[in-house]
Amino acid sequence: MRRIRALASSAVVVSLLAAATACGGGSSSEGSNESPKTLTYWASNQGPNVEADKKILQPELDKFEKQTGIKVKLEVVPWSDLLTRILTATTSGEGPDVLNIGNTWSSSLQATGALLPWDRKNFDKVGGKDRFVESALGSTGAQGKDPAAVPLYSMAYALYYNKAMFKEAGIAEPPKTWDELTADGAKISKGGKWGLGAEGSNLSNNIHQVFVLAKQHGGDFFTADGKADFTNDAAVAAVKQYVDMMATNKIIAPGNAEYAKNQSLSDFSKGKTAMVLWQAAATTFKSQGMKDDEWGVAPVPVQSGAPGAGKATNSMVAGINLAVFKNTKNTDGSLKFVKFMTSDAEQKLLCKTYGSIPPVKAAQSDPAFDRPELKVLRETLATSATALPQVSNESQFETSVGTAVKNLFAQAANGKKLSTADVKAELTKAQQQMASQ
Amino acid sequence: MASPTVPRGAPRSPMASPRSFIWSRRIFLTLLTGFVLLPVYVMISSSLKPLEDVSGKFRWMPSGLTIQPYFDIWKTVPLAKYFWNSLIVAGAATVCSVVIAVFAAYAVSRYQFRGKRVFTVTVLSTQMFPGILFLLPLFLIYVNIGQSTGIALFGSRGGLILTYLTFSLPFSIWMLIGYFESVPRDLDEAAMVDGCGPLKALFRVVVPAAIPGIVAVAVYAFMTAWGEVLFASVLTTDATRTLAVGLQNYSTQNDVYWNQIMAASLVVSIPVVAGFLLLQRYLVAGLTAGAVK
Amino acid sequence: MTTLVNSPKGDPAVREDTPGATRRPRRPGRIRRLGLPYLLLLPALLLEILVHLLPIAIGFVMAFKELTQNFLRDWSAAPWTGLGNFDVAVDFNEPVGKALLHSFWITCVFTLMSVGLCWLLGTAAAVFMQETFTGRGFLRTLFLVPYALPVYAAVITWAFMFQRDNGLVNHVLHDQLGLADGHPFWLIGDNSFFALLTVSVWKGWPFAFLIVMAGLQNIPKELYEAAAMDGAGIWQQIRRITLPSLRPVNQVLVLVLFLWTFNDFNTPFVLFGRAAPEAADLISVHIYQSSFATWNFGTGAAMSVLLLLFLLLVTGIYLVLTSRGRKASRG
Repeated sequence: MRRIRALASSAVVVSLLAAATACGGGSSSEGSNESPKTLTYWASNQGPNVEADKKILQPELDKFEKQTGIKVKLEVVPWSDLLTRILTATTSGEGPDVLNIGNTWSSSLQATGALLPWDRKNFDKVGGKDRFVESALGSTGAQGKDPAAVPLYSMAYALYYNKAMFKEAGIAEPPKTWDELTADGAKISKGGKWGLGAEGSNLSNNIHQVFVLAKQHGGDFFTADGKADFTNDAAVAAVKQYVDMMATNKIIAPGNAEYAKNQSLSDFSKGKTAMVLWQAAATTFKSQGMKDDEWGVAPVPVQSGAPGAGKATNSMVAGINLAVFKNTKNTDGSLKFVKFMTSDAEQKLLCKTYGSIPPVKAAQSDPAFDRPELKVLRETLATSATALPQVSNESQFETSVGTAVKNLFAQAANGKKLSTADVKAELTKAQQQMASQ
Repeated sequence: MASPTVPRGAPRSPMASPRSFIWSRRIFLTLLTGFVLLPVYVMISSSLKPLEDVSGKFRWMPSGLTIQPYFDIWKTVPLAKYFWNSLIVAGAATVCSVVIAVFAAYAVSRYQFRGKRVFTVTVLSTQMFPGILFLLPLFLIYVNIGQSTGIALFGSRGGLILTYLTFSLPFSIWMLIGYFESVPRDLDEAAMVDGCGPLKALFRVVVPAAIPGIVAVAVYAFMTAWGEVLFASVLTTDATRTLAVGLQNYSTQNDVYWNQIMAASLVVSIPVVAGFLLLQRYLVAGLTAGAVK
Repeated sequence: MTTLVNSPKGDPAVREDTPGATRRPRRPGRIRRLGLPYLLLLPALLLEILVHLLPIAIGFVMAFKELTQNFLRDWSAAPWTGLGNFDVAVDFNEPVGKALLHSFWITCVFTLMSVGLCWLLGTAAAVFMQETFTGRGFLRTLFLVPYALPVYAAVITWAFMFQRDNGLVNHVLHDQLGLADGHPFWLIGDNSFFALLTVSVWKGWPFAFLIVMAGLQNIPKELYEAAAMDGAGIWQQIRRITLPSLRPVNQVLVLVLFLWTFNDFNTPFVLFGRAAPEAADLISVHIYQSSFATWNFGTGAAMSVLLLLFLLLVTGIYLVLTSRGRKASRG
């Protein structure tokens, strides 16, 4: 058959090419100061949209240029592209000089070796490690290694509630424990209204919630030496508790199982749900047409009622880190830029604009961060927030366990009662996927 | 809705179409129109709502109308710039791809030569590897070319044009071979007897006869480049970002601007649909029946 | 070659034209033009090598390496794993292999249904619109609209319509027609397969329509006239002339749609995000999950290589079958 031969010969061509291609990775130069007058900076999308970010950041970059004579080329990279862009940059060595990274990526990116390690010497150039809040530093890379980035903006979870709906249901103050929350939720959940909102199909959000609950049950999803351990009692109890709010307590609307595009926030804004667990949601409520005095904010519940360390953890450490790309041709300039961005003045200004908490201690004293919402977030961050596991396969963790929670929500939404065994089975699957990859 | 009515003009068959045919056509085309228009209707009605209304319960008739989203789309995202980039990239990729494919298809359909089968099968087999995985290698190649020759392929429109034209090339070649084969050889041979060179015969005889096919291929090439998301997100920078990727910027970490996504999609689709309208008559002109004899 | 690609034989009008393979050109200046076909192919070939073959070759190499984030920065330092990545991918007793097999199966069923429906709708519409009638030009443009809308926008609109509580689909099915019991989920659970299929067909059929429409233009009128003379009604004309004449176009079209749908990434990714529901876990998203989302490019590459081999096999069989079928139908 001539055709078969044709297929075979084309396969040969392909494999010959494969053999001929000495698979070349990116050049791994270790950074230099070849072009001391320019910098490229990839910012993440923090404001309402990319254009707004450019407008916010550009004046600051101009300020930096005036101070140092270094011109910063800004690109605001949308979240949908950021990680892929960083991975391709890592592979090829062709990337920015300074970049924003989601702080949960720190360990994963640290393992690639593409980011400049923040040893003592480098930290000293930006004013020393002790300028930063401890909990924020906890999410900058694996323990025992020099951090891969410095904290730039910090965030934590809080409980947002609808004041009018609470009043109508006769609830005097926001719940402090999960028992109170489910009881309050049950009072509200009737007649098309629901107690709590969730983003059941948003993997990262699922992870953030069950991680905190696992901490409250005295456990974690990883052992102390960084091995995946998804099926321990605390982890199973945490996941079960979260999905049971839909399956058993019925305070989360079944429809939330498919939410992944912040629909829970618009439900909240429309008065369809009374509570959401979110980080800095004020601007979104506003753009959805909800007035600032219509909602209140409180710390996320803990079993004991008083947030703190360990079992009283009530938030993951959310936020953005600033990293320097190892291949930079302007190491000194990059460090100067990091120093500029983490300076007290810039921190106050930028965090105020973005509604986040400055991870720089001195900047937190600004009265702007005493707003009720930010006060809750700030105190949470300072006293009761814990960093997600700093393991290099963190993104696998998010994908596998996040998907497990998503699947469980899907089952709960279809009216299935979830037993501990069901939850454990789903987590076992996630663990196996993790292990073999 | 322009529901199909009794045929006018010269039907293909000398006999009038039977009622059963006309009724099947009416029913089928009406249903199909409904299927096609449903999402378009949703887009139009959502684009005319304020953001806080979009995510509410679906209603056929929107309660409050606003054209604000049509103004906001330009401020949220540099839509005009992305649109311009897309137009240049897709346009250039289409022209190059069609020209190159015409040459290749002509060679395959009109000549016997060694390696013909290897060529066509190899070209086709390139379509079988998931794009997601040769994304990284391609990026690496572009960066290496840039470093060694100074030709900026990564981050430039040129690199994207090159990528996209190659994406549409295999199927363009294959489809054009089909269309060219149905152009009778006698036509170009007659032209060659009249003293035309092979290239002249291609452009004077074969191409004009295959216009509907070429237009179809051009539309395909354009749409391939127009809608591609994955490679564009990695191979472009802010200055060269295309529309397909740029639209995603309407959905940010905390907000999804549904109404603006819909408004922007409609706005940018209008020129494309208008282009289709213009191409219509070429799609149906083409080979005249008389030429076959 | 003429057996592989579309030869003129599908078109009954030029049936007397002998296949190119047996044809001895009587054209002048043959020797000078011996190099011409290669020259004509050169640009296409160079581009294919640069943008497709070379990256695929690198992809092959990746499949044999342990390419996790630890080695991303310098691929040459990544250790060779031999067939290790393949072992993981095809060990169907382990979760990874099992999931891959499941995803493969879903993709096959999905692709067959989607291609079938796209082809059916496209061909039916093109045939019905072969004759002029009022509004034909308008409909023709309208039908290309799904193709002209940016993928992201189109799919997100469908996602919007498929929402359980606020979407149009449930509103119509349950509230207005009373067909559904309560509000079913479309974006999670088992229904997601049909949601994906709907979107895929909606986006894909205009392409079939376009290609068939262009193909119909080349069918000579005389054939219809002759058939009508023989007393064939319109349905018979469609069956006896239109459809057989479309064969060469269809051969490529179906293959194009098949490969396209099989490897489609954008539609499921925009519709479901990075974790597709099991019922709609297409292979492209699955591979994305196994490489980008988990930072293990070796396993992803190995899966892709297996996929490539499978598609090569299917395409080969398809071409053999369709070419033979065509010969048989001619004889």
